[in-house]
Amino acid sequence: MTTAMHSELGDPALELGRLLSGQYPDARGRFGPFGGRYVPETLWGAITRLESAAKLALADPAFATELAFHQRTWVGRPTPMMRAANLSTAWGCNVWLKREDLAHTGAHKINNALGQAMLAKRLGVTRIIAETGAGQHGVATAAACARMGFTCRVYMGAVDVERQQPNVQRMKWFGAEVVPVTSGDATLRAAIDEAMRDWVCDPMGTHYLLGSAVGPHPFPWLVRTFQSVIGTESREQMLSPAGAARLPDAVFSCVGGGSNAIGMFHGFLADPSVLIYGAEAGGRGDATGQHAATMAHGRPGVMHGSYSYLLQDDHGQVVKTSSISAGLDYPGIGPEHAFLHAIGRVQYVPVTDQQALDAVREVCRSEGILPAIEPSHAVAAAKAWAKANPGATVLINLCGRGDKDMPILMKNLV
Amino acid sequence: MTIAKHVSDSILRRSARGRPALVPYITAGFPKLESLSAQLRALAPHAAAIEIGVPFSDPMADGVTIQGSSRKALDNGVTLRWILDQLGAMTAGNQQATEHWPQQPPLVLMSYLNPVISSFGAGRSSLRSLAQACRGSGVSLLIIPDLPLEESGELREQLHLQGVGLVQLVSPVTPQARARTIAHASDGFLYAVTVTGVTGGSAPAAAAATAVSPNRYLDSLRELSPVPVCAGFGIRTRAHVDALAGHCDGAIVGSALIDAIDKGQDPAALLASMV
Ligand SMILES: Cc1ncc(COP(=O)(O)O)c(C=O)c1O
Repeated sequence: MTTAMHSELGDPALELGRLLSGQYPDARGRFGPFGGRYVPETLWGAITRLESAAKLALADPAFATELAFHQRTWVGRPTPMMRAANLSTAWGCNVWLKREDLAHTGAHKINNALGQAMLAKRLGVTRIIAETGAGQHGVATAAACARMGFTCRVYMGAVDVERQQPNVQRMKWFGAEVVPVTSGDATLRAAIDEAMRDWVCDPMGTHYLLGSAVGPHPFPWLVRTFQSVIGTESREQMLSPAGAARLPDAVFSCVGGGSNAIGMFHGFLADPSVLIYGAEAGGRGDATGQHAATMAHGRPGVMHGSYSYLLQDDHGQVVKTSSISAGLDYPGIGPEHAFLHAIGRVQYVPVTDQQALDAVREVCRSEGILPAIEPSHAVAAAKAWAKANPGATVLINLCGRGDKDMPILMKNLV
Repeated sequence: MTIAKHVSDSILRRSARGRPALVPYITAGFPKLESLSAQLRALAPHAAAIEIGVPFSDPMADGVTIQGSSRKALDNGVTLRWILDQLGAMTAGNQQATEHWPQQPPLVLMSYLNPVISSFGAGRSSLRSLAQACRGSGVSLLIIPDLPLEESGELREQLHLQGVGLVQLVSPVTPQARARTIAHASDGFLYAVTVTGVTGGSAPAAAAATAVSPNRYLDSLRELSPVPVCAGFGIRTRAHVDALAGHCDGAIVGSALIDAIDKGQDPAALLASMV
């Protein structure tokens, strides 16, 4: 079977089966029509080398042992599964939080940064570059580079440098060079453009440690593979007697490029009873056009190396986005999410800035946890669903802590 | 029938004296919308073909110069459809000799993939509409820097049905066997990226960054390629073109022309100085 961007998707159950049995991504890096490798020729060698190295490493028990060791002793895995007792009472549901905010450096991003940094060692490169939006991926990458001895440069939109100051300082302390990006819209998307330009200049000596489930194949698959630990742990923890002793009825994750979400979702895609929801950045609301709700308002196109949903105008130009959360402020979404959306396995819902801020406040007051603004989008979506489904069991991926958001929260949460 | 043979012929004809033929690049609608037709007419006498850049919001293979011209062109309202309309009008005017465009060289569109696949609606039929529009506007070839050979099949098929070609690129890090496959798939000419990097650098710096000497790289491409080889990226001066003599069939000049236009200088004069 060969796929291309205009391949038709078949029966949803059959297509989901292909994904779960590992037929997707296929040899061309596609999930049905979505994905692919739309890169300049200069990067072809680098992405194919990365794919082969990743396949070898992931099949090597020594790699798995070393990864598990670092996950346990350095990242702090497994992260806890916590019943949110007060939210449960308030919402009339059983609410569970996967505490990725307790992972080292404060978000799920470390799972992928660690895995890819270990791969970079095997590639034999000495230099790592990364993009960052909220700064969490930049911090995680900088930390992994400090520990493993890589020089590290992080591209960050100038707008995000302003709104995520604490993370900028942390990256510098870990020895990374932080380059503010003023081109384009000066947010995550421009940072990826700039990182790609850097990579094109040294494709074989540098590894581009991409931070979300986006970009050309093998990145969406590779990032998902390293983030799947979230879903694998969550499923076990929910089923255990110390947890809910059952599967959740619904699972919620926020979706920027989609890395925490795809990692969480993979734990439950094969469970037909589990409803799955992705919360996108609704910004100031649909009517304003100022949002980053890619599934709600986008159509398929190619940006940053893959074919997926994209916020674009009628002429194929990528449009400006708006979100209070730097990590969700992105006009694209990973190709595997496009696939899950197209076959209807996952529902994607927009959540506004205000709803997310209200959720930050509620989680603080109810559970004594300051969540990042990104997962607060998932909390808001879960709350709306919970109110309509009393007594249900709900799992939310609390994928990051809110310390990095202090400058924004001090302005907006008074 | 070989697609875009007239482009190959035009390049070979102009490089017959041993110096590479010149292929200028401009960003359409930079600095002003109305600049396009005047620039094309002025460049034509010195050009074996002209590359017309379609601006894109996320030009990831371009340096600051073309990022800037693309931004400006987008602010001016340039779209792929507008460009095709303009080119169509110029080509038609030329055929009717109402608005003579001396020695109209073959027109080559350079665009990132998304405007190409997204300007004519959605689905496979959008590619057919795009290909028809290209033919209707007198466009001979497309160059798409983010469309590697492996992903090019669907578009190439539709373009070929309309007699329009697709140029493939090779870079200094492309292995020999792969370069051969790419060259054999490329229509009109083979685009040899001379630097491992983005547009707008300078050739000497680029040469230093590459292990093989640029001329040896070009020589080997010429040996394996059934179509003329055009070198691009970092060619800014007459001396750069001199250095390429005997090693490639064409030289693509982009950022240097955009810089000249930006400074209010005459791009045609700069190009003429390189012939
Ligand atoms: C805490 C947190 N959550 C979510 C995201 C969004 O990324 P993704 O959709 O890849 O999980 C980010 C990105 O910076 C983040 O820092």
